[in-house]
This record gives sequence, C-alpha cells and structure tokens, in this order.
Amino acid sequence: MTYLKKMFVSNMSVMSAFCAITISLMLAILLLWFSGAPPIETGKLLLEGSLGNATRLSDTSMVWVPLALASASLIITFAAGLWNIGVEGQIIVGAIFASFVAREFDAPAPLLWGAMIMAGALGGMFWGGLTGLLRIKGKVNEIFGGLGLTFVATGIVIYLVIGPWKRAGIASTSGTAPFDSKAWFPTIMDLRVSPLAILLALAGLWLVYYLLKQSKFGLQLRATGINAIAASRLGVRTERNLMLAFLLGGVLAGIAGTVQVGAMHHKLVPSISGGYGYLAILVVLLGNYKSFRSGLISFFFAMIAVGSIQWQLRLDLHSSLGGVTQGILVLVVLVVMAIFTQYQRNQRI
Amino acid sequence: MTLEIDKISKHFGNVYANNNVSLSIDSGEIHGLLGENGAGKSTLVKILSGFFEKEAGEIRLDGQLLDLSSPKDSINCGIGILHQEPMVFLPFSVLDNFLIGSTDQFLAPRKQALKQLQEICNKFDFELDPDAPVSLLTIGQRQQLEIARLLWLDPKVLIFDEPTNAISPVQREKLFTTIRQLAADGMLVIFVSHKLDEIAAICDSVTVLRKGEVAGSKELPCPESELIALMFGKLFPSKEIETPQKGGIQLTVSNLKSIEDRESIEVANFEIRQSEIVGIAGIEGAGQRTFLRAIAGRNSPESGTIISGRNLLDGTNYHQRLEKGLYYMPADRLGEGLISELTITEHIALVENKKRNQIIDWEMSYLRATELISHFQIQGTPESKAESLSGGNQQRLMFALMPTDADTILLEHPTRGLDIESADWIWNQLLDMRSDDCSIIFSSSDFEELLSYSDKIIVCFAGRIVGEFEKSEFNPAHIASLMSGSQI
Repeated sequence: MTYLKKMFVSNMSVMSAFCAITISLMLAILLLWFSGAPPIETGKLLLEGSLGNATRLSDTSMVWVPLALASASLIITFAAGLWNIGVEGQIIVGAIFASFVAREFDAPAPLLWGAMIMAGALGGMFWGGLTGLLRIKGKVNEIFGGLGLTFVATGIVIYLVIGPWKRAGIASTSGTAPFDSKAWFPTIMDLRVSPLAILLALAGLWLVYYLLKQSKFGLQLRATGINAIAASRLGVRTERNLMLAFLLGGVLAGIAGTVQVGAMHHKLVPSISGGYGYLAILVVLLGNYKSFRSGLISFFFAMIAVGSIQWQLRLDLHSSLGGVTQGILVLVVLVVMAIFTQYQRNQRI
Repeated sequence: MTLEIDKISKHFGNVYANNNVSLSIDSGEIHGLLGENGAGKSTLVKILSGFFEKEAGEIRLDGQLLDLSSPKDSINCGIGILHQEPMVFLPFSVLDNFLIGSTDQFLAPRKQALKQLQEICNKFDFELDPDAPVSLLTIGQRQQLEIARLLWLDPKVLIFDEPTNAISPVQREKLFTTIRQLAADGMLVIFVSHKLDEIAAICDSVTVLRKGEVAGSKELPCPESELIALMFGKLFPSKEIETPQKGGIQLTVSNLKSIEDRESIEVANFEIRQSEIVGIAGIEGAGQRTFLRAIAGRNSPESGTIISGRNLLDGTNYHQRLEKGLYYMPADRLGEGLISELTITEHIALVENKKRNQIIDWEMSYLRATELISHFQIQGTPESKAESLSGGNQQRLMFALMPTDADTILLEHPTRGLDIESADWIWNQLLDMRSDDCSIIFSSSDFEELLSYSDKIIVCFAGRIVGEFEKSEFNPAHIASLMSGSQI
C-alpha cells in the first residue's frame, strides 16, 4: 500500500496530466454531443482535418510555428516571474520590421530572408524592451505595459496597411500588396510548409530549453522569478536579468511575426499576429512552463485550430467550438493540477 | 472573570514557538504581552484566536475549558482580536463592515446594527460615518470600526495585537484612551507589543516571552531595564571566549544617516578591526537593522562615509561591496536569504564561479553541494529545496554560500529561532572566521549571545548609538538601561 502510495506521489505530474487530459476530453466530447455532433465522427474529422493529407499537415505545421515561437517567448519571461502578455504586440512589431525589409530592400533571396529574420527579431526585441523599461524603470506592471503596447502596435499596423503601405490605388484592410516573391520563404513543393520556419520554431524551443536548463542566465532568471530580493542578495543582478528576459522574449515573438509575413501571408495584414500571443499563454500554462511539452501542446492546439474547420464544413458546427474545446482543456488541466499540488502538499505535512 | 492560559505548547520543526506558556489575567486589567520578534507572541495570539491548534495545555475562562479549534470557536467563546492591520473590506461602507461576521441571519439587521454602531461611537467618541466607504478612513478610524465591530459581538476578552504599528501618535493616544475605558468597564484586555514604552504606558501588568517561554511577569510600573533583562535573557556570558590579537582597522563608518522601513539610524563614528566581533544591542526597531543594511549596501544612506580596508564604499552598490568582501546575512532566511524553491545544488550553481562560465556544469555543482552538505553538516540532500530545510539548516546553507574571500560579515540575529546545537555550531563557524582575520558585526536580542561573543558591544536606541563598551567594561545592567533609553 505504502509502495503504491509512493509510486502515486512520485509520478504525480504524469498522473495529473493524464487525469486532466482524460477528464477534459470527456468534457469536450459531452459538449460536442450537446451541440448535436456525434463524438466519434467529430474526433475523426479533427484528426483527418488536421493530419489527413499533405496539405492539411502542412497547414497545421504552419499554425504550429508561430504558436511554438510565442510559447518559447513566454516560457522565458514566465521563468523570470513575468506575465508578459505583450507577446501579441511583439509579434506584430516583428512582422512590421520584417515587412519593411521585404518591401524596401533588394538582395539575393537567402540574404533577404536572413535580413527579414534579423529585422523581425529586432522589432520584437524593441517592443519587448519597451515593456521591460516600463516595468523596471517606470514600475508599470508588465501586464498593463504589454497590453498598452499591443494596442499601439495594432494601431500602427492598421495605419501602415491603409496608409503609407497601402496597395497601389486602393486602401484596403485586406493588407498591403504582396511582397516580391524573392522575399517569400521557400516551401516544399507547392505546399504551405516552410522548412525554414519549422527550423526557426525548433531552434527557438531548443534555445529556451537549453538556456533554462544549462545556463547560468537561466538559473539566475528562475531565482529572480521566485524571489528577486533574495536573488539580489546572492549576487544576481536582477534588473539586468529581467531586462534580458524581456529582450529575448521579444526576439522570439518577433521571429514569429516574421514567419507570419514571410511564410504565411507574404504581405502585412492587420490581423498578422493571429491571436497566437494570447493562445500561447494557454499553451504554456498547460505545458507547465516546459519547452518540449509546450511544443507538443502547440501542435495539438494547431491540430484543433486547423481540424475544427472541417466541423463547420462537414457537420455544420460552428468553428468556434474548436476554441471552446481548447478553453475547456486548459481550465480542467489547471484545476486538476491545483488539486494534485494541494494533495501533494498535504502528503508532505 | 479570569482567563487562564495553562502550559500551552506548540512547536514548528524542532523548535518550540510556545513551550509551557502559562499566564493568568483578571478582567478589568490591561495585561501586556511583551517580547522580541520570534519570542512566541504571535503563536500564542494565533492559538487564542483559533488559527493554530495547541499541542498541549489548556485555556480556561472563569474555570470553564475552552475548545478553540477554529476562529469561529474563538469568537463564540467571547475572545475578540484586533489584528495588526485592521481587517476591513475596503470597497464596503462602514455599516457593511460593521455587519460582516456579526450575524448568521440571511438578511442583515441593518437598522438594529446602525443603532448599535451609533451607541458604541457615542460611548467611545469614535467618529465614524456609517455610510462612508471604508477606503476613505484612516488606519486609526479603521481600527475604531474594528473595535466597534468586535464589541458588538459582546466579547469578554479583547486582544490588541501590535495595534500601533501603522497609526500616528495622536491616533495612538486615542486608542489608548479607548483601551483604558474598556478595561474600566470590566473588559479583560491583552495588549501585545514589542514596544517597551507602550507597554509601560498602558499596561497594569506584563508577561515577557522569550524564545517561546515565559521569561517572567511584572506588575507595572517597574524600571524598563528590568523588562529588557527579561526580554534579552541572562545578564551574564555563558562562555569564556578567548580574544585573539586584533588587527588593523577593517571598516570605518562616519556621519552615516540612513532610513529604511521607518527605521532610522545616525552614526557619528564607528569602526571595527580585523578579528573583532561587534555586537549590536537594542530593542527591535532601534536602528540596528538599518545600520547593518546600510553598511552592506542594501539601502542607500542619505549621507555618510563608509571605508572598508582601503576601499571607499560610498556610491558602490550591494553587489560591488559583495565583491569587496562584505557579506550580509539577513534575519529573514527565506524572505531575503535563500530562494525557497531552488535546491541546494541550484543555490551552489547560482553563487559558484561567478564570471567564468555561463554554462553550468551540473555534475560539478552536485558534487560541490555534496561536499558542502557534509562540511557544513546540513541535514538535507543536494536536491532538497531551501524551503524544506529547518531554520538551522537554512542558516548553515547561508554559511555554505558565503564567498570564501569574505572579510566583513554582517549578521542579523544569527541564531534566532534555532535550537541550541545549531546555534553553537554557527558561533563556532563565526569564531573560526574571526581567527582568519574576519570582522564580524551582528545584531541580537539575546544578552547571553551578545555578552559571550562580542569583543565590543554598541547599544542602539531610537536611531542612535547611545553606548559603546569594550569587553572589559561590559556592564549588563548599564547596557539594559541604555537600551530602554534611560540615562545613567
């Protein structure tokens, strides 16, 4: 009995994740049932719709890329104890900077892609840095600073699209004129999937994983996130670390923005960030602030986003049910994890 | 009516927060509960209010045994507590706050409550507008509201837990008038404080707690130095420590003026030599904390000059001073000393090989942690989180994290809350460091510790240094009277 108990307690995180996913899937199925959808059919459609053929798989992976990058960005800032809600705005500014390079510069294609990625990273870093400055020097909570700056970024992108960067002759919110095809990230055949974008997302996730696990900077960041006063007493330069976290988070978000313009839309559109900055918050909460898990969950979320389109087409369900499913998943997982943590704490006492 | 607290015990880890605490208080009396932080006052108050469950002992009111297993029980037994910060709900009106917790009825009896509130306000001369939002009230007024609310519950015992921390002197006088009035009406009042002057001003009698035990009781008035003697324990050293040859001047402080968290310090001149141990005596808040933190660079002084060895420290921050060999060990071990959720290995990796390597060699850190755990005799594994260690082991870990080149060590209450074995171990470490030419400055609320280990004692009172004694001149009674602010 005690052995069983020990097993149970030691495998707590696995157990809790398992329970949470089972419960939330059951709830999701119930919900779909009540909205008049046959559960097995909806599940099948989701899988087919997101992974069923090369086109769909490639679409899913291109939703995955910005979501994974935004999640990586959030993991870094969460480690420092920051609620960097402004990732959405950093994606937008990254996209603007990358678009600027794509529109204004002419160079051999690979150089142009490189320059776009650099510019996007710089843009995101700039916007993340502003949030950081507001937080560190101005004592403005990063949630408010980030939200405010996201509004500003949204304003700027709309201004650019219907103003200075409008299509010749018409100003439309459907976006700027498409970039010169040299600025389009290369794809596999005529699918949407861009190996370069996938590579960037994998690199982003790996970088975050490596920094937090192996680097002094990552450890200092975690220490700062838990208790900045004690960390400072132990010799950590906490303000510098917080700033670096904002900057690095911005770089990753900015690259997500670059991928959105360079590999997805090939132009700047007002909704360029696609809500990935916000969705990534759910991903990271669900992934328990871990890179690898968040990468997987990002993919799962991408599957729901792409696959649930089929619900609308084939079952006449509203596509927002995909979002509802994601929401239920996150809520249930958080509740179950809280219960397990509480249980674990009681065990210790 | 008599409240009897009989042999109450409660421990956390291997340290007793309350050990066989007994006292007896009659109604109509204002009884003080005096002690330094960590003496066990809060634990006792929390047991009386039903937040903590006692492990042994009995509480009786008029001979009747009380079962206090929840705050609700405590209220039902007639015990009312005014907490340090008034517990009010800010957006609500005064009347709403007055009603909260007062009734189990579904519909609040507002009319009746209004009448009661006005009666209480008239009686005690409180100025409370029933319809005003509580957020507009001063802390003093919020306290009055809280008192009114408690009185409506018709308590027999009222406990005031450090009630003057956040209010102005004028409001304090008003509060004292109210308390006296309550006692005159036959209320049994317990006044909990670490402030000597307040206890002396308002209480009829006092019980002093020290290290979780009753150090003694006194009828008031009595000389304040006697109370200090009770608060700070034995007035003689327990150990004869050999004093090695002192070296040259290690640290000089002149014309320092600093304030942090309402605690100020002014020091005209202070110096410490190599291999010297200086103890700072003073009741909590007398300025010793601000002084130590100003030297460490944890606060920024308004003025003054600090020189360490050949280095002028003015204008340098905490981290630069850390590199120059100053090491500060705060009293709040998990608040400022260690990172609660990091393991011992992670702490080691955090402070080891500062600049050289940006990539952590976890295997090496783990080995280093194992070494330090055995060297510093820490009860724990390399994977133990700081929060899972006992107080004594947290203190050992803080020693393990000290840079090996530290030459000036600043400690707040180095052994507070520790068991005897850990306390001895810590002083052995400090004495070893002193033999290696380290200078040590520590503050303490323990006479035995101050008198045993210090080569020099300085006394703080109300933000100033009011006395300085070399070991040959130690006069405990004199020190105690200086700490209480009286001149001899």
